[in-house]
Amino acid sequence: MARTTPEVNGGSLADIAFLLLIFFLVTTTMDIDTGITRLLPPEPDPEQEDVEVKVNKRNVLVVLLNRSDLLMVGGDVMDRLALKDRTIEFFTNPQGREDLPVMEDTEVQFPPGSSSLLPPDGMWRGKVSKGVISLQNDRSTTYGKYLQVQNELVAAVNTLRNDFCNLYFDKDYDDLNTANPIEEEIQVGIRKIYKMNISETDPKNIGGRN
Amino acid sequence: MSKFRKKSGKGLQAINTSSLPDIVFMLLFFFMVATTMRETEVQVKVKVPEATEVKKLEKKSLVSYIYIGRPVAHVARMYGTEPLIQLNDKLVSDENIPYETIQDFVLFEREKLPEADKNKMVMSMRIDEEISMGKVDDVKQALRRAKSLIINYSARKEYREQGRQR
Repeated sequence: MARTTPEVNGGSLADIAFLLLIFFLVTTTMDIDTGITRLLPPEPDPEQEDVEVKVNKRNVLVVLLNRSDLLMVGGDVMDRLALKDRTIEFFTNPQGREDLPVMEDTEVQFPPGSSSLLPPDGMWRGKVSKGVISLQNDRSTTYGKYLQVQNELVAAVNTLRNDFCNLYFDKDYDDLNTANPIEEEIQVGIRKIYKMNISETDPKNIGGRN
Repeated sequence: MSKFRKKSGKGLQAINTSSLPDIVFMLLFFFMVATTMRETEVQVKVKVPEATEVKKLEKKSLVSYIYIGRPVAHVARMYGTEPLIQLNDKLVSDENIPYETIQDFVLFEREKLPEADKNKMVMSMRIDEEISMGKVDDVKQALRRAKSLIINYSARKEYREQGRQR
């Protein structure tokens, strides 16, 4: 009475797998979300009174996008592609000009021994810009144009950070691994030197109503 | 010549399909790993702008989506063609900017997150490039009021030639 188990027919296995495959093809997406992350300013305390904050005029670069999507930077009408270089110049003030932001002497701590260009204690001493970019837009500005301008401003700061990181640490800023405490400290340090000082004013209508 | 004739003499030979399931399973596993489940049906047309400085959104669980765009055809029949806001999968049909709706939405989404991640919530703004900033500003104000401050302007990666960039 030696009974052999009958062989299972595997012919329909392919059909079943195809069915599953098609199900997954239909119900899933492959796109990876990419975008520019920004931080909104916190809402002001209602009990806090409006205090006229005295900001030195040379420390502010006004970037204005009007209702016809024209870009004005610090009083000049400008093409979008020139904005990045203008922003870099504004944040670094290479010639020490009087009409560009004040550069303040600052010390920033980096991990000791992380770079040959830093003193042994890892303290960076240099000048940090006090500049702030004020981005203003009209309610009729198109979003695409607005994001392009945001992109140029972020690109300027990213370029500065990346150049610094390449010079001192021989590495791209984006390649810093934040899971590593030393590299995280480097990242925090570089952020202190080149701050993302882009402020957005409360929305208002610029140049007439719409 | 007789060598060749021998083989084709007996008609077509059946192709061995016993490895077909293996191949299909391999494809299946690839798609299971490489894709994510479609969670929401987007009811507004969104063509996000292009930008060079885009980064990947890291933790999907922290992300909620706000879509702004003109409604797709079958929705437009009900709501008209004016730009609408969609919060995750819910379409906001109100004419005015519903501050309360956005605030409730933020609170609801925040409640889902574990305690440690509550202040790390990211709002992904998927906004059509043709939309005017008025609506976007209103949403941003509502988010500020709801204390959801990390936002991500969704954008496609744009590649520029080196010469134009500098």
